[in-house]
Amino acid sequence: MLLISCPHCGPRAEIEFAYGHEAHIARPTDQEKLTDAEWADYLFMRKNPKGVHYERWVHARGCRRWFNVARHTVTHEILAVYRMGDPPPALDR
Amino acid sequence: MTRRNLRLADRGRLDRSQPIRFIFNGRTYYGYKGDTLASALIANGVALVGRSFKYHRPRGIMTAGSEEPNGLVQLGQGARTEPNIRATQIELYDGLVAASQNCWPSVGFDLGATNNLLSRFFPAGFYYKTFMWPASFWMKYEYFIRRAAGLGKAPGEPDPDRYDKTYAHCDVLVAGGGPAGIAAALAAARAGARVVLADEQAEFGGQLLHSRSEEIAGRPAVDWVAAAVAELSTMPEVTLLRRTTAFAYQDHNFVELVERVTDHLGPGADGPRQRYWRLRARQVVLAAGAIERPLVFADNDRPGIMLASAGRAYANRYGVAVGDKVLVFTGNDSAYRAALDLAEAGTAIAAIVDLRPDAGGPLVAEARGKGIEVLAAHAVTATRGSARLEGVTVMPLNAAGDGVTGGGRQIACDALLMSGGWNPAIHLFSHNRGKLRFDERVQSFVPGEPVRGCHTAGAMNGAFETADCLAQGFAAGRKAASEAGASGEAGSVPTVTRAEPAESPDRVLWIVPSDKPLGEGGKHFVDHQNDVTAADVALAHREGYRSVEHLKRYTTMGMGTDQGKTSNVNALAIMAALRDRQIPEVGHTTFRPPFAPVTIGAFSGHDKGDLFDPIRKTPMHGWHEKTGAPFEDVGQWKRAWYYPKPGEDMHAAVAREVKAVRAGVGIVDASTLGKIDIKGSDAARLLNMVYTNAWSKLEIGRCRYGLMCGEDGMVFDDGVTTRLGEQHFLMSTTTGNAARVLGWLEEWLQCEWPDWQVHCTSVTEQFATVGLNGPMARKLLAELTDDIPLDDAAFPFMSIREGHVAGIAARVMRISFTGELTFEINVAASYGLALWEALMAAGEKYGITPYGTEAMHVLRAEKGFIIVGQETDGTQTPQDLDMAWIVSKQKPDHLGKRSFLRTDTARPDRKHLVGLLTENPSEVIPEGGQVVAELKNQPPMTMLGHVTSSYYSPNVGRSIAMAVVKNGRNRMGDTVYVPLVDRVIRAKVTEPRFFDLEGARLNG
Repeated sequence: MLLISCPHCGPRAEIEFAYGHEAHIARPTDQEKLTDAEWADYLFMRKNPKGVHYERWVHARGCRRWFNVARHTVTHEILAVYRMGDPPPALDR
Repeated sequence: MTRRNLRLADRGRLDRSQPIRFIFNGRTYYGYKGDTLASALIANGVALVGRSFKYHRPRGIMTAGSEEPNGLVQLGQGARTEPNIRATQIELYDGLVAASQNCWPSVGFDLGATNNLLSRFFPAGFYYKTFMWPASFWMKYEYFIRRAAGLGKAPGEPDPDRYDKTYAHCDVLVAGGGPAGIAAALAAARAGARVVLADEQAEFGGQLLHSRSEEIAGRPAVDWVAAAVAELSTMPEVTLLRRTTAFAYQDHNFVELVERVTDHLGPGADGPRQRYWRLRARQVVLAAGAIERPLVFADNDRPGIMLASAGRAYANRYGVAVGDKVLVFTGNDSAYRAALDLAEAGTAIAAIVDLRPDAGGPLVAEARGKGIEVLAAHAVTATRGSARLEGVTVMPLNAAGDGVTGGGRQIACDALLMSGGWNPAIHLFSHNRGKLRFDERVQSFVPGEPVRGCHTAGAMNGAFETADCLAQGFAAGRKAASEAGASGEAGSVPTVTRAEPAESPDRVLWIVPSDKPLGEGGKHFVDHQNDVTAADVALAHREGYRSVEHLKRYTTMGMGTDQGKTSNVNALAIMAALRDRQIPEVGHTTFRPPFAPVTIGAFSGHDKGDLFDPIRKTPMHGWHEKTGAPFEDVGQWKRAWYYPKPGEDMHAAVAREVKAVRAGVGIVDASTLGKIDIKGSDAARLLNMVYTNAWSKLEIGRCRYGLMCGEDGMVFDDGVTTRLGEQHFLMSTTTGNAARVLGWLEEWLQCEWPDWQVHCTSVTEQFATVGLNGPMARKLLAELTDDIPLDDAAFPFMSIREGHVAGIAARVMRISFTGELTFEINVAASYGLALWEALMAAGEKYGITPYGTEAMHVLRAEKGFIIVGQETDGTQTPQDLDMAWIVSKQKPDHLGKRSFLRTDTARPDRKHLVGLLTENPSEVIPEGGQVVAELKNQPPMTMLGHVTSSYYSPNVGRSIAMAVVKNGRNRMGDTVYVPLVDRVIRAKVTEPRFFDLEGARLNG
C-alpha cells in the first residue's frame, strides 16, 4: 500500500485516496473540428509507460482534493506530488 | 502400541510443574507448558503424524519451526476446526484436540497408501497428462482427485471467534527476534526511535533459545536475551510483538503482520483470537534468520527423519530427545552441535555420516573425542521403517560424490538428523522487489542490492555465527534509527564472550547418490509437502519444463502451505545441474506474500455481518420496519420494498399499492435520493456543462429534469434539479449514484475549471423526503399546510414552494416519478418521521397507501420513465433512450456533446429503448431475457438486445416491458421473441410508454 503525500494534508495511506487517470490531458476546445480519431485519442487513449507516469489522484477520504503524482510504475516510488494546474516537474529518470 | 517417553530430564524451557492434557487422533497424551504440539508428540513417542499429499506416505515432524512441510494437523473441533495447521507452531494448551489429515480410515492404516505402490503411474505432471480427455469427464475426475487428495477439512459452521485489526506506525520495524533482531531493536530503541520488534515464536531469542554453551556479554545467551527483552520492555516507545508473523512486505515500507493473541490459550479465551497489524514503518530491519536445508537422499521422508537444527531445538529448548538412537547425516559442522548436545543429554548417537572426505574441524574432533563414530565421505543410501525409522544403509562415497563404492553397512537408529546447509530466509526481502544474489559460500540466495528504507542482518545475509548476527543487527538498527531521524547514543555492540567452536567448510551434494539409479528403489524427496522427488525434477527437465517457473507448475514443487521453504533451493540446484548451468543462471521463482498461511478471519477482523459495509437508513426506517415491510438494498441504503397486509404476498401487495396510487393517494419514502447543494456565481454554468439540456434560463423556484453523460456520451445519471436562488441550486441524483455524481462535479471543477466559483455540498442525509402521489394528494396536503397555495396556477408542475407542512418547515416540489399529481415534501431529517406520521394520520380518510420501491418501479414503467442502471448499462446515449429532446442543440458545449457525433454513436441502428407487449397479456417476460427476431430450435440465435424492465401492470391491465433492442425504433409493430429454457415468449415492439400517454394525470 503506497504512502502518498497529499499536498494539502501530508502523508497518508493509499486507502484514503482514489486513483483518477493519466494527468495533463487537456480537454479539447473546438471539438466539432476534431476528427473522430482525434476525439477518440482524447477520450480513450492513455499512456502505459514502464517508468515515470504522471497521474492524478484524489484524497477521496480526506480533503477531497485532486492533485498530480509522478510515480514510477515499476518501483512505485513517488517522485513528485504537485497541485492541479502546476506543470509536470522535470525528472531525469 | 506401547507408550514411549523421550522426555529429557533436565533440559528445556518448560514449566514441568503442571502437565497439560491433550488429545491426538482420539488418544490422550500429556505435555508441559512451553511445549508445542510437535514437541509433545515427539516426547510421547508419536513419530507418525500424517500422510503425504500424493503418495500417502507415513510422515512425521521434520522441523521445529514455521517452515514445517509435513506435520500438518486438523486442529480443534466443530466450528473452530482448522485444517493444515503446523504442529510445530501450535503451543500446547489444556484440552487441545488435534488429528491427522489426508488418511482414511486412519493414519496407521491408510487405503490411499496404495498410491505409493502405484507411484510409477503418478509421475510429475500426472494430472495434466491423464485427466485431459475427454473434456466432459473432467468433472468426474475432479471429484475423485479432490476426495483423494484433500488435505484437511474446512469448518462447516461460521467462525465463532473474534479477530482484531489495527493500524500502526513506527520509526523502525524489526522483523525477527533472534540475536540480530534483538541487537537491532536495542540499537534503534536506545537511539530514540519508535521501535516494533516482532517474532513469530512465543519467546524472543531465535536460535539462542537452543544454544547451550554460548555466552553473550558475560552471561549465558538465554540470559542475555532475557535482559535485552527486559530492557526493551521498559522503553515506552518500544512495542514487543510475540507470536507475530510479518507475512507481507509491501510498497513504501508497509508491512502486514498477524499476531496470534490467544491461540496459545485455547478456544474461548478472553480477547481476540488474532490481530491483523497493518503497519507503516519509516525503516525496516529484516532479521528473518535462515532455514536449514534437508538432504536429498533415498527415502528421506520416514517419520523420525528431521532437520539437525530441529533435533537440537527439541533437545535444548523443549527437553525432548528425537529418538533413543540418533543418526546424524550432514555435509557441514552445524549438525555436529545437535549430535554433541544429544550425546551430552545421554542419547545414543548411532553415528555421524559426513559427506566430507576431510571432515576435521574442532566440532568433528570434539565428536570423535566423545567416542561418536564419524563416517567421513559416507552417505546414507537407504532407510527402513514405516511408522517410524528403524535403520539406514550407509555406503562410502566415490571421490566425485556422484556415486557410492558399495559395501553397504546397516545401522539401526530410530531418528535421523540431516543437514544440507542453510538457506537464508529472504522471502520478505523479496516481497518488496529486493533482488537476490547467489552466494557461493552458503550455496544459497542472499539479499542483493539494498532496497531503500530496508536493512537486512544476520543469518538472512548468510552470517550464521552469533557474533556476526549481533554485529550486523546492531549496525542495521543504528543505521535504520538514524535514517528515521533518531540519532541518540546506542551504546556498543553486544559481544560474544564465549563462542561455540568455529565451523569448517561445508560440502554440498544436491542429490545424495545411492547404489541405484535415481528414481529406482527409494524416493529422493525434494518437496516433502507436495511429494516431489529429484526424479520428478529430472522428468520435468526431460519433458522440457526447464525454467524454474515451469518446473514449479509442472511438478507443484514449492506450492502448498509451506511454499517450498525447505525445498526451493534444492530443486533449483538440481535443475541447474541437469541443465549444466550455474544456479544463479537458472534463477529462482518469485516469493510472494503471505510468508506463512494467514487465517481469513484475521483479514476480515470486525468487518463482518452488520459491520461488513455501512448500512444507511432513512429517518422513517423504524416505521417501515414496524409495518412489516421487507427492505431492498440500494447501494448502502435500505429501502422499503413493499408493505404487505396480512395474507398478502409480494405480488398482491404491489398490485394493491400501484392501484391505490392512481386511484387515491400513495405515500413513498424518497429520502435516499442523492441531494447536492450547489452554490456560486458559476453554478448555472456548471449545470450547463454536466447536463445535456440548458439551465441558464431556469427561473428561481422552478425545477428541471436533467440527464448527465460522460465525455463518451453515455448516460450515467439523471435527476431533477431546482433553482433556489440566482446562484443556488439543489440537485437530486439517483440513490446509488450520489457519491459518484458529487465526485464527478468536484473532479471537473477542480481539474478542468478551477477558477469557476462553485461549491458542491452533499445534503442527502440532511433532508427527509416524502412523496405524496395520486389524485387525492392535493386535498390531503391542503389539510396540513396554510402557507403554501396548492392550486395549479399558484404552484405549477415543476416548481418549488417553501412553507410549512404539519407545522414543520418544508420545501415542497411538484415533480413526479409516477405521472400522478405529486408533491414531494422535504423537511429536516429529524422531522422526517413526524411528517410521515402526520400525513398517514390525516390521509387515513383518503385511504392513504404507503408504497415501496417495487410499486414505484411499476408506476414509473407504466409511464416509461427510465431508471439509470436498469434501462442503462453505460452504453446508452440519450438518443438511444428515445430522449433526444433533452439534448440541447443550442448549447456550444456540454460533457459528451462531441461524442454524439462519433460515427458509432450517430449510427441509426444502435440498440434503442422500446416497449414490449407480450402476445399473452398475462405473461411477464423475465428481466434479462434475450430478444431475437429470428427464432431457431436451439442457440445460437442472433441476439438483438435484452429486456431491462418487466412487470405485470394492474393499471394497464396486462404485462408491460421495456427492452433495449438493436434498431428497435425501426421495428415498431414487429414481433420479436424471447426464447427461454422451457418456452418462447412472443411480443410486439411498441413505444416505451404504456399508461396515460397524454400526461393528463399530472395535475390531478
